[in-house]
Parts: sequence; C-alpha cells; structure tokens
Amino acid sequence: MQTANVNRLTPYLFLAPAALIMAIALLYPIGYMIYASFLDWNPSQRIGEAEFVGLRNYINLLSDAAFLESFRVTISFAAIVVSIEMFVGVGLALLLDRNIRGMSLLRTLFILPMMIAPIVVGLMWRYMYHPTVGIFNRTLKSLGLEPVPWLSDGSWAFASVVIADVWQWTPFIFILSLAALQSLPQSAMEASRIDGATGWQQIIYIKLPLMMPVLIVTLLLRLIDAFKVLEVILVLTNGGPGLSTEILSLRISRTASEFRELGEAAAMSNFLLILLMVLTFGMFFYNKAVEMRAARLRAAAEED
Amino acid sequence: MIKRDVAGVKTPVWGKVREGEVPRIIFDQVAKSYGAVEVLPPFDLALDDNEFTVLVGPSGCGKSTTLRMLAGLETLSGGEIYFDDKPVSKLEPKDRDLAMVFQDYALYPHMTIAKNMSFALRLARASKSEIEEKVKRVAETLNISQLLDRKPAELSGGQRQRVAMGRALVRDASTFLFDEPLSNLDAKLRGKMRAELAEMRDTIDKNMVYVTHDQVEAMTLGDRIVVMSDGLIQQQGTPEELFNAPVNKFVAGFIGSPSMNFIEGELIVEGDVTSVQGAGFKLPLDAETSARMKTVQTRNVEIGLRPSSFTTDLTSAAPIELKVVVSEYLGAQSVLVTRCGGADVLVETQSAAPIKAGTVQTFGVLTDEIRIFDKASGLRL
Repeated sequence: MQTANVNRLTPYLFLAPAALIMAIALLYPIGYMIYASFLDWNPSQRIGEAEFVGLRNYINLLSDAAFLESFRVTISFAAIVVSIEMFVGVGLALLLDRNIRGMSLLRTLFILPMMIAPIVVGLMWRYMYHPTVGIFNRTLKSLGLEPVPWLSDGSWAFASVVIADVWQWTPFIFILSLAALQSLPQSAMEASRIDGATGWQQIIYIKLPLMMPVLIVTLLLRLIDAFKVLEVILVLTNGGPGLSTEILSLRISRTASEFRELGEAAAMSNFLLILLMVLTFGMFFYNKAVEMRAARLRAAAEED
Repeated sequence: MIKRDVAGVKTPVWGKVREGEVPRIIFDQVAKSYGAVEVLPPFDLALDDNEFTVLVGPSGCGKSTTLRMLAGLETLSGGEIYFDDKPVSKLEPKDRDLAMVFQDYALYPHMTIAKNMSFALRLARASKSEIEEKVKRVAETLNISQLLDRKPAELSGGQRQRVAMGRALVRDASTFLFDEPLSNLDAKLRGKMRAELAEMRDTIDKNMVYVTHDQVEAMTLGDRIVVMSDGLIQQQGTPEELFNAPVNKFVAGFIGSPSMNFIEGELIVEGDVTSVQGAGFKLPLDAETSARMKTVQTRNVEIGLRPSSFTTDLTSAAPIELKVVVSEYLGAQSVLVTRCGGADVLVETQSAAPIKAGTVQTFGVLTDEIRIFDKASGLRL
C-alpha cells in the first residue's frame, strides 16, 4: 500500500524541478505584473509601500488619449506589416518552391535579414533613411526627384518603420510557408493536375487551403511579435514625430521610465497581454474543436 | 518483344485531345531514365481502344512509371506517346482527357467528398445541376451517398478508396488510369473491390489502364495483360494466352497461383518420342511438343509444371516420384510441398485421404501441360 502510493507520486517528483523553474521564471513575473497593475506605484517606493488603487489604472487608461492613440498605432502597424509580410512571404514561397540550380543558396540569402539583431536593423535603416546622406534620398536626388522626409514627417515615418519591419520579417513567413509547401501531399497535387487545374487554380484551390493551418500559426506568431515590436522603432523614430509611430511597447517603456508610473505601465502591459491571449486561445480552441470533430467522425466511419 | 505498330501515325495532329473520343494509345520507342539510370529502355506498346489493359510486374519493373508517363506526370526521356495520331508527350495531363485513381487515393484533404468528386467538373465550369446529378449518380453506384458531406480524414480506408474511384468516374474521360488502386486495402476488401471493378469494366466502354503487382488482379480484370520485368515488356496477351503459352520462365512463374514449378532435366530423343529425364522421372512429351523439340539445339532444359498438372490417377499419366515434405490439407484439396532433386515442387491434389508428410509418393503428370524452357536463356522452347 505504502509503496503503491510512493510509486504513484514518482512522476510528480520528477516533474517537480521543471514545474518549480516554470513557476519562478514564468508565473512569478506575470503575477508580479498583474499585482503591480492594481497599485499606484512609483519607482522610488518598494512594492509594499505602494498604495492599492484597485482598477483605477485600467479606468484611467481608457480615457488617456495618448494611450488610445498609441493603441491605435499599434493595431494599424501590426495589421499593415503582417498583411504585407504574409502576402509577400507566401508569394515568394510559391515562386521559389521548385528545384532550380542554386535555389538553396537563394533561400539562405532570403532569410538573412531575420538573423540580424533588431537594433542593428534599426541603425542600418536609420542611415539609409538619413535626409541628406541616406541612400534613398541620394538616389532620389540623383534622379532629379524631391527628397522624402522619411523619418521627420508623421505619415512617412510610419511608412518607414513599416518598410523596415517588412524587410526584416518577411523571410520568417517565407521559410515557414516554404516548409509547408514542401510537405504538402504530392499525390494530391498530381491529382489536381489530372483533374484539370492550372497553376493558379492549384495555388488557390489546393496549395493555399492545405497550407492554411501553418499559415494561421505563422500569422499568429507574427501578430504577437508585431504587437510587441520595440527595438527597430526605438532606434528609427523613438515614437515620433509626435505620437505617429509610438507603439504600445514604447508607450509602456516611457510610462515606466519617464512618467514613473509603474502601476499604469503594468496595466498597459496586461492590456496587451490580454489582447494576445484572446488571440491565442481563440486559435487554440478553434484547432481543438476541428481536430475533435474529425476524430469523432473517423471513429464512427471505422465502425461502419 | 512486340511488333512495332505505329503504322497509323503519318501526319501527327497537334493540339489537345478531343473529349469524348476514345483513342488508341500507342507508345512509340518510349524511354525513361533518371540521370544516368535507365529505368525503361525504349519500348513500343499499343493499347486498343475500349480495352481494359493491365500492366503487371514485380515492384520496380517500370509499370507505374509507364502509367505516369501516359498520364503526363512524368516526362519522357525519348520516344513519343500517341493518342490515335496525336502526339501527347508535350501536353499537360489536363489536356489528355484522363482520369486517374492513385494508390494512396490522393484525395484533397480539405474538401468534402462531394467537393472532391466534383473538383474536375467545377474547374471545367459545368453547370451546378449537372455536377449535382453526376456526383449523385456515381455516389449511388459506389454506395458512398451517405459520405458526401464528410472530409477524407473522416473516412475509413475502404471508403476513401471508393471516393477515389468515384472522383475518376464522375468525369467523362476517355481514358481511365489506375495506379495500384487496391494495394492499400485488406485482403477481404480487396477481393470485394476487385469484383466490383470487374463489373464496372463491363459497363464502361472506355480505355482503362490498370497497374498492379498482383497477378490475380491482372488475370481477373484484364482484357489484355502486359507483363513487365526489369523495365522490359516480357509478354502481352489475353489472360488465357499468358497462362497457357508463356514466352519465358518469368511470365510462366509470375502468372498463375500457386505458381509454376520448374524442374531441371535433359531432353532425350528416341525415335519419334522425345522425353525429359531428371531425378526420379522420365516424362514423355506429347506428339506436337516432341516434334518441336527435335529441332532444338540445347539438351539442358527446365520443365514447367503447374501444381494443377499432377494427378493421383496413374492410368493415363506419366509417373514422377516426389518426396512429400509438407502437406497442407485444405479440405477440398491438398497442397503438397514436395522435393524433386534439389527443387521444391508444389502439387495440388484432389485426393480425399490426406497424404502424409515424409513419404515418397508417385504422382501422375498430365504430359500435355508440360512447358519446356531453355535452361540457359529461360525462353520457352
């Protein structure tokens, strides 16, 4: 009896170290952040000295014009960059999914931007966007065109950060799409050729639908990342001019360091976290439901 | 191997294959190699229209490659395929007016069964009512009407196989290709589907080209069988021709179940009678074979005897002594594994009393069923 109990506990014993590390490394910071979001806390205080204010930080956020603007910028930034990246990345993958000499070298070149540290990407693009010595304006000038205020005009600055982000992250979608393409069932592709599908029809009716599960996960990963983007924009524009490129991460970092409102910064972070969790869980449950339905029907079919 | 028969090809007519016409399919010196590896040396093959042709052979013999070249899924390394007088090797699969059933079914996983079956029709912009009517009709004949709203992943193997068949049948293609469609099914289901296919063969007047490694499928389904091995066409003909008059040892051993026995022996000519002598037997040949053997140069031969060519009735048959090693009693008949010289010999007997293993028995041989093969070349003499 005694031994049986001990035996049953063994797996938990082995799991314990991992669970402990998880708790410390993951749950503690998140719990800390959630707790902090209910406090009126400034960096000079210890956390115990901060005043508990309930939901006040959250309510304040909803009427804070700067936060709402930053929220809007973040949403439109994420929506725009992820749309462009998906379109270009998947398109490139469809184009390059073939066996031509030198294709593997080309593929490696394509994913280089992803390997560069975001700070470096920011610096690189800042020099390229430089109003007088940057390559873009020099090129425009040599063509006899007006220079463009890449980083000093609100709309142009937004476009500039979008371009830099697209440059860096399209390869991510490209390699995942390419992997998805190459693992598609070859015989289904052949069947569609026999059934009379042209190249475009194959893409629209067979390839894209079959890639969809991978594309959805890719989209989600990129969306989560795009919502948290910081370094490139920090280096390129630092949120300016005005609030035109001030995404949430920047706003959070400024609220914490410049405005010394740790509680409010924590509330903003939670806001972002909740948003991303809703996205993720939605996805997760949708997948689960689809899988379970398929399994149930298959079980029924096997019984027939 | 076969007579080159491309006489009808005078002025090639280019362009896509017209729908509805059932063409003769002619392979003219078609070859296939992958890099330096030649899998199919140049060969000729003519398939009559409205025929059910089975390409059969062991795996790796090139039968699937031949079918895939016909489908347009593989390029040709040489030669040309003609549909009547149209060269088709440069045409896309869709322009060849084909339907195909794949070994792994190749269903579109993201589409319902109805959408799977109607995919080709939808691409061809058939009217909605026409699509519905055709899918319904085929689904009914194949007994899959209740599955139309499901996805392939929700079906069992046998059901998927039916859907794959249905997807091909919905189309009014002039040529139907089958690439080992039954090989992923269990034995019982395979037998059932084989019978259904045989029934279908008689109701559909189209070209059917069927690839299999199973000689039983080939024999039961084929109007004509093309036996392939090592990239070469060994023989083609009706099931009866292949069974009764195999051109070489390979075809003789491949067609028929249980397969033919081969026993080494020596040709002995004594006056008008030729016989074959070996370990424990001396079998006289019938008059016609005897006469033919007189002109043969070699004396070293192998005789081919089907397990069914033995009898326990010794009155009208030549005797052969065989040592019974294993006796498999199957009720109506027994299959005996016996030994003659160094070779295993399978014998089917109708004898009511089980024959004991370990004994030496004398069996009768139906001498007119003996086939003689050259020991060196394997060709039938």
